Amino acid sequence: MNSRYAAWAVGLAVLIALPFVYRDPYHLHILVLILIWSFAYTSWSIMGRFGLVSLGHGGFMGVGAYVTALLWNHLHITPWIGIPVGMLLAGVLALIVAYPCFRFRITGHYFVLVTLALSGIVLQVITATREYTGGSLGLTPNRDRGIWALQFDDKTTWYLIALFVWVVGLVVWNWVDRSMARYAMEAISEDEDAAAAAGVNVTAEKLKITLVSALMTALAGAIYCQYQMFISPDTVSGIAVSLQMVFAAIVGGLYVSLGPTVGAIITILLAEILRIGFGTKAVGWDNLVYGLLLVLFIIFLPKGILGSILERLKLKKA
Amino acid sequence: MLVVNGLVKRFGGFTAVNNVSFKVDQGEILGLIGPNGSGKSTIFNMLSGTLVPTAGSIEFDGRQIAGTAPHAIINSGIGRTFQIPRPFRRLTIFENVELAGFYGQGRHSRAKADASAEKALAMVGLPTNRHATVDTLGAAGLKKLELAKALATGPKLLLADESLGGLDEHEMDQAADMLRKIRDELGITIIWVEHIMGVLMRVVDRVMVLDHGEKISEGLPSAVASDPRVIEVYLGTDADSTQAAAAEARRRAGIQPHA
Repeated sequence: MNSRYAAWAVGLAVLIALPFVYRDPYHLHILVLILIWSFAYTSWSIMGRFGLVSLGHGGFMGVGAYVTALLWNHLHITPWIGIPVGMLLAGVLALIVAYPCFRFRITGHYFVLVTLALSGIVLQVITATREYTGGSLGLTPNRDRGIWALQFDDKTTWYLIALFVWVVGLVVWNWVDRSMARYAMEAISEDEDAAAAAGVNVTAEKLKITLVSALMTALAGAIYCQYQMFISPDTVSGIAVSLQMVFAAIVGGLYVSLGPTVGAIITILLAEILRIGFGTKAVGWDNLVYGLLLVLFIIFLPKGILGSILERLKLKKA
Repeated sequence: MLVVNGLVKRFGGFTAVNNVSFKVDQGEILGLIGPNGSGKSTIFNMLSGTLVPTAGSIEFDGRQIAGTAPHAIINSGIGRTFQIPRPFRRLTIFENVELAGFYGQGRHSRAKADASAEKALAMVGLPTNRHATVDTLGAAGLKKLELAKALATGPKLLLADESLGGLDEHEMDQAADMLRKIRDELGITIIWVEHIMGVLMRVVDRVMVLDHGEKISEGLPSAVASDPRVIEVYLGTDADSTQAAAAEARRRAGIQPHA
């Protein structure tokens, strides 16, 4: 156990030191993207690992990003307030959608469909209110520099912010993993009646995990918005983003804490390689590759890349 | 401790339970028997909160619990097992019971949950080590786990849906002795649901017999076993076989024929 903590500490120290030693802006940019998306995917997997497959997380991410940017642009409210407000609204949205689902036992495919509708609705609202949101053309937060605006030109600053939220995501993931809530959620995912007979308030436990997941995802959206200084329904909200989360989390591995991070590394590198290698000819190819890989992974490697590797190592040790 | 009054459950036009009233006293083991489809499970599910009664009242420890959510009923001091064991296979044996110890007793502390789990596992005779998986258990082991989960929730009243089908005679006896031990050592009141009379009659203090959703007999095991209405329900009225079958039922129930 101690050697595990030591490995984490060394890894973290290396990651913190990295931007002070290595300053290639393009590579740092890729790393920041990987960290932010890893955080988003980790947030998704906190509930996804228990069979609560949500295709609504693009919606939560969009709410986090758009609420923060709209409050800043139209009401000049600092992201320091805008981000919590965005998270709060995403949380309320999650509860409004999830409560009836859980109360009336909408599970499995039906739950997926309800959450898919949520993604669609958020997307429609963004495009319908285009005078404010810029619709499908996207939105750029008004330029202003500094802590108050949470806008920085320096890649190193962003790298450290992204690293921080990523670590927060992993800490929450591990905290859930070790808590009794994990037992309850595993039990619920197998048999809701039997879980209730063990005294578990099934609806409340599911709502809790959904709320945590939605809040974190909204934070990921807001951080992405502040970093990229441009958001559009394609990049931060809607169904495509939701699908991408499912894909990355499954490919990396749902049941290990670094699985979603591995998923983010793979998806972002894949997108970059296609973009650099084929340019505009390859627009949309990454989605095609995602789709194919997703099918292959669900059939052959349901524990994901990292999950399967760690399992092999464990078997070798035993 | 439990007072049930005028309990009715209808599914559409079908009346599964019709105006059933009964009482369970502190420290008693009540056997609830009846053929398949007689309404035992429906009553059981209303007591444990899975079904909401159409009419009637269920009073437990002086409080109305009819229609309360299952988890709240568990937390008020009623434990239940399922007829077909429903273990959580993604958790270890210990974690299964620890979960029940934690959520079944108001989520106090993990240490307290662990203590309840160890006690419950020891009571039913399962290993208390932390790593054994559910897959290592056979039919009898799974029933024990089911019981351990229910005990870990700290019940004052245990609803045991102990269909002993699938167990051999020796295992049936063990299961029956276990329920008696739970009552004697832990002071837990028990309602034991079964569809065969057999081994149940040896252990219970009182029996209630259901047929077509109605209570047809209630009393001491020996009296109920010789109640003509019960014999009719269980064995039919075929004149030739009635006498022999009744004797067989008594033999299986461990009741000496009247001298």
